[in-house]
Amino acid sequence: MAGISCANRVFRPLDRIGILFDYPVLGMQQSPNPLNLVSAFRYSIPFGMSVICSQRSVARWGVSMSQVILNINGQAHTLDVPSDMPLLWTLRDILNLTGTKYGCGIGVCGTCIVLVNGIPTRSCVMPAISMAGAEITTIEGLDPAGNHPVQKAWNDEDVPQCGYCQGGQILTASALLERNPNPGDQDIDAAMAGVLCRCGTYSRIRKAIRRAAKYAAEQGGAA
Amino acid sequence: MNTIQKQLRMDRRAFLKVSMLASGALMVGVGSKGLLQAGDVENGVWKPNLYVRINPDGMITIVSKNPEAGQGVKTAFPMVVAECLGVDWKNVTVEQANLDDRYGRQVVGGSRGTPDGWDDLRIAGTGARYLLTAAAASEWGVSLAECTAEKGSVIHKASGRSRRYESLLAIAATLPVPDVSDLKLKSRPSEFNLLGTFVPGVDNPKIITGQALFGCDIRLEGMLYAIYEKCSTFGGKVRKANVDQVRKLPGVTHAFVVDGSDDLTGLLPGVAIVAKSWWEAQSARKQLRVDWDTSHSDSTADYDRQAEALRKDAGETLRADGDVGRALNSARKVVKASYYYPFVSHANMEPQNCTALYHESGRLELWAPSQNPKAGRRLISDTMDIPEDRIHVNLTRIGGGFGRRLRSDFMVEAAWIARQTRQPVQLQWSREDDMRHDFYRPAAWHHFTAGIDKNGKMTAFDHHFVTFGNNGNTVSGAGLSPDHYPAGLVPNFRLRQSLVETNVPTGPWRSPGHSAYCWVYQSFFDEVALAAERDQLEFRLDLLSKSYGKPPLDLKRTSSTLALAAERAGWGRRALAANRGMGMGFHFAHDGFVSHVAEVVADGPSITVEKVYSAADVGPIINLSGARNQVEGAVTDALSTAQLEITFANGAAAQSNFIDYGLLRINQAPEIECHFIQSDNSPTGLGEPPFAAATPAITNAIFAATGTRIRELPFSRSGISV
Repeated sequence: MAGISCANRVFRPLDRIGILFDYPVLGMQQSPNPLNLVSAFRYSIPFGMSVICSQRSVARWGVSMSQVILNINGQAHTLDVPSDMPLLWTLRDILNLTGTKYGCGIGVCGTCIVLVNGIPTRSCVMPAISMAGAEITTIEGLDPAGNHPVQKAWNDEDVPQCGYCQGGQILTASALLERNPNPGDQDIDAAMAGVLCRCGTYSRIRKAIRRAAKYAAEQGGAA
Repeated sequence: MNTIQKQLRMDRRAFLKVSMLASGALMVGVGSKGLLQAGDVENGVWKPNLYVRINPDGMITIVSKNPEAGQGVKTAFPMVVAECLGVDWKNVTVEQANLDDRYGRQVVGGSRGTPDGWDDLRIAGTGARYLLTAAAASEWGVSLAECTAEKGSVIHKASGRSRRYESLLAIAATLPVPDVSDLKLKSRPSEFNLLGTFVPGVDNPKIITGQALFGCDIRLEGMLYAIYEKCSTFGGKVRKANVDQVRKLPGVTHAFVVDGSDDLTGLLPGVAIVAKSWWEAQSARKQLRVDWDTSHSDSTADYDRQAEALRKDAGETLRADGDVGRALNSARKVVKASYYYPFVSHANMEPQNCTALYHESGRLELWAPSQNPKAGRRLISDTMDIPEDRIHVNLTRIGGGFGRRLRSDFMVEAAWIARQTRQPVQLQWSREDDMRHDFYRPAAWHHFTAGIDKNGKMTAFDHHFVTFGNNGNTVSGAGLSPDHYPAGLVPNFRLRQSLVETNVPTGPWRSPGHSAYCWVYQSFFDEVALAAERDQLEFRLDLLSKSYGKPPLDLKRTSSTLALAAERAGWGRRALAANRGMGMGFHFAHDGFVSHVAEVVADGPSITVEKVYSAADVGPIINLSGARNQVEGAVTDALSTAQLEITFANGAAAQSNFIDYGLLRINQAPEIECHFIQSDNSPTGLGEPPFAAATPAITNAIFAATGTRIRELPFSRSGISV
C-alpha cells in the first residue's frame, strides 16, 4: 500500500484498520500539493510507542474486547475497549474527554491530534490498545488553567473562529516549540500543515506561534 | 398607600408601558420583546431585561441570543450591550441563550445578526443604564441630566459623588421605564469606548483548554450514540435492510429502518444504528446491507452535456436595458468569454450532529449546533407531530456553519431516533455522511459578450446564465437577481437564463450566489479592461462612477473600498517582477462593501498567493478582532474553495472526505492586510461580504503573473496549483 504524504507528515496505512504513523519528518521537501502521493518516504517509530498491536484480533472488526491501561494527562485509566477502537473514540465516548475532536476519521485533517510521548499523533487512526505505556496528553491536559504559552498566545491573538480544530492546532504548535523554540515562518508552515482549519485562521496561527515563542522565552525557555 | 403599594403601582405602570413599547417598538423594526422594563430583583440580582443581569457583587451577565458558529457574535453582541450599559468588559460574563421566541430572530445567516441586533442590544444596554442613572439621581435629589454613567458607576460630577451600579439595583427596579425616545443610543465610533477595540472571543478560555462547548461534546446520563445511513443516491428509499443481523453486533442496542419522506430538506429514508459508543455504531454499519430503491442518476457529465446544448439557447430574458444587439453591432471592440464554476460542499469541520432526549411526558429536548434552530423545531414538529411548545432546543457552539446548518435534516433525524429508543441519543454523522449529504452550492455556466466604444467604455453587456433548476424553477442557491451589477452600470444590458435539470440537494453557501457570481463578473471586467487598454483600477472606478436608472449598489461606498485596497497594495506604484502579479475585485453583498487586491508570485504553474490587501465598509466596527477574523477567514476560504469541486455520478456525490476534497493548508495560505472604512452608516454583518471579491482578485493576479486566464474552477482545470 502506498504511503500518503501530508506536507511533512507521512502516513502509511498498515492494515485495514488503517493504523497510520504520524510524526514530523524533518528535512523532507514540501510538496506543493500536500496530498500528493509520493513514492519516497521515511518513517520511524516514536520512542516508547507500541504501535503494532500484539493481538491478532485487532484485524477483525470490533469483535473482541481488550483491556488496556492508558496514561492520559498524567492519570492512569484501566479500560475495556473494543480492540479496534481508535484512541479518539475511547477518549470521547468512554472517558468523556471531548476536547479531542473528530474531523475525518482517516488521519488527514489533524483535528483529533493528541500528544503521544510529546509527538503530535492522530488519535482517530490509532487503536487505543496500541497506546499502552505511552504518555498521552490531550488538549484538556496541556494546561487546564490555560497558561501554557501557546494557549495564552492563542487567546491573545484571538485565533479561534469556530474553534473546532484548535485543540489539534494548539497541541501541534506546542510540540513544534518544544523542539524549535524560535521557529521561522517556513518552520511554522511545515509543522502546522497537517492540521486543517476550515475557517481560515492560518495567518493568526502564524502570529500566535511567534507570540507563544516570546511568552515561552519570557517564562525561561520552557514552552 | 404604603411604600410597597406604591411600588406595586409603579410596577403596574412599568408593565403597561413595556407592553405599549413592545408593540410600538416592533413597528420600528425592533425584534425582541422585553427590552425595556424595570425588571425584578431576585436574590439581589437585577434583571432589567432579557439580556442583562446585574449581580450584587457588581458582576454582569449578558445573554447572547444568536447561535455562535465562528462568526464572533457571542463576543460582539454582548460588547454592544456592555458599551451601552457602561460597564467594564472584564466584569462581564456571557451566557448563551437557548431557542426562545422572546429573543426574536435567532439565526446565523445572511450576515443579518449585526444589523438586526444593533437596535435591540443598544436599547437593552442603554435602558438599563438609564434606570441606574435615574436611581442615583433620585437618591441624590439631583436631576438626571446632571448625572453620567460609566464603568459600572453613576457619577454626579458637580458634587463629586458616585455610586456603584450594584448599590442601585433595588431602587432602579422600582422606577418607571423610559420611552425609547428618552434614550440616547450611541451610534458613532467617536462615542465608543469598548466597541472598535480588539477583544478576544469569550469562549477562548474553554476552547484552548478543550472544555465542552460544541454539539458533539454533549454527554448525557445513559446516552447512546447513533449513525444514520442514507442512500448515497439522493432520495433513495429503503426496500429492505438486514437490521436484525446488525442488532446483534457488539455494542449495538438498536437498529431500525426509518421510512422518511422524499423531501430532501426533511427526514430522508434511512437506517439508524444505535450503540454504546459511536465507534461501535460505525463499525456495525460495515455489516449493514441495504437494498435501496433509487430513481435518479444525475451526473456531472450529463450536466455538462445539457449545458453545452443550452449554450445556443436564447434562454429566458430576465432583464433588458437599452438595445444590446445594436450596441454590440456598433461597438469598436467585442469581447466574449465563458466561465464555469463547480458544485462545492460546506465541509464544516464539525460534521453534522444533534443530541436528543425524548421524555416520557412527550416533551422533546435537543442540543443542536444549528444555524436556524427555529426552523429545526418546526420541521420536527411537522414531521413527528409534536407541538412546537413541547420541543426545547438548547443551542451549542457550532463547529462551522457557512450555510449548511440552516438546514435541519440532522435535527429531525436525531429527534426521530431518540423517540424510537426512548433513551438520550447523540446522532453523529461521519465525515463521509457529511460530504455526501450536503446541500451543495450549485455550479453554473456564464457566457458573456461585451461591447467597448471608441472611448474604451463598456457600452453593452450580454449575459447568458446557464444554471440549475427543477421543474422549471431555479433550485436553492442557483438564482441570480436581474438587478445584480453590471445591470445599471452599462447602458445596454441583457440577462438571459437557461436551466439544467437537477435532482441533487442544493442550498445557501457562504454569501449565497455572490460567492460565485462575483468571480465571473470581476474576471470578465478584467478581460474587458484589458481589451479596452485601460488600467484595471481606473476602468472599475469609472464603471462605478455612472449609473443608468436606480443604482444597483452604493457606488460611492463600493469605489471607496476599491480605492483604499489599491492604495494599500501600492497599485500602479510598484514595479513587479515578471513572475509577480496583482489583481483586484470589488463587491457588494449583505449590506457590506468589500474590495481586495491580491499579490501572487508564480513558479511556472505553481502559484503562491503572498498577500491580500482588503478594504471593507460595514459601518462602525464592533469587535476589531472579530471583524478582521471574518475578512482573513473569508479570503482564505475563497482561495481554498477555488481549488475544490464536488462532482456527481449515478445520482451521488463522488467526493467523501478531505482526501478528495482537500481544504487549503497553512503552507498555502496568504497573509491578509485588512482595512476598515468606519462610515457613519449603521453597522452591518461581515460573515459573508468579504468572500466574494477575494476569488477574482486572486485569479486576476494569477493572470497578471502568468498570462493564464482562469475561466473555469477549480484551478486544476487551468493547470494551476497553489
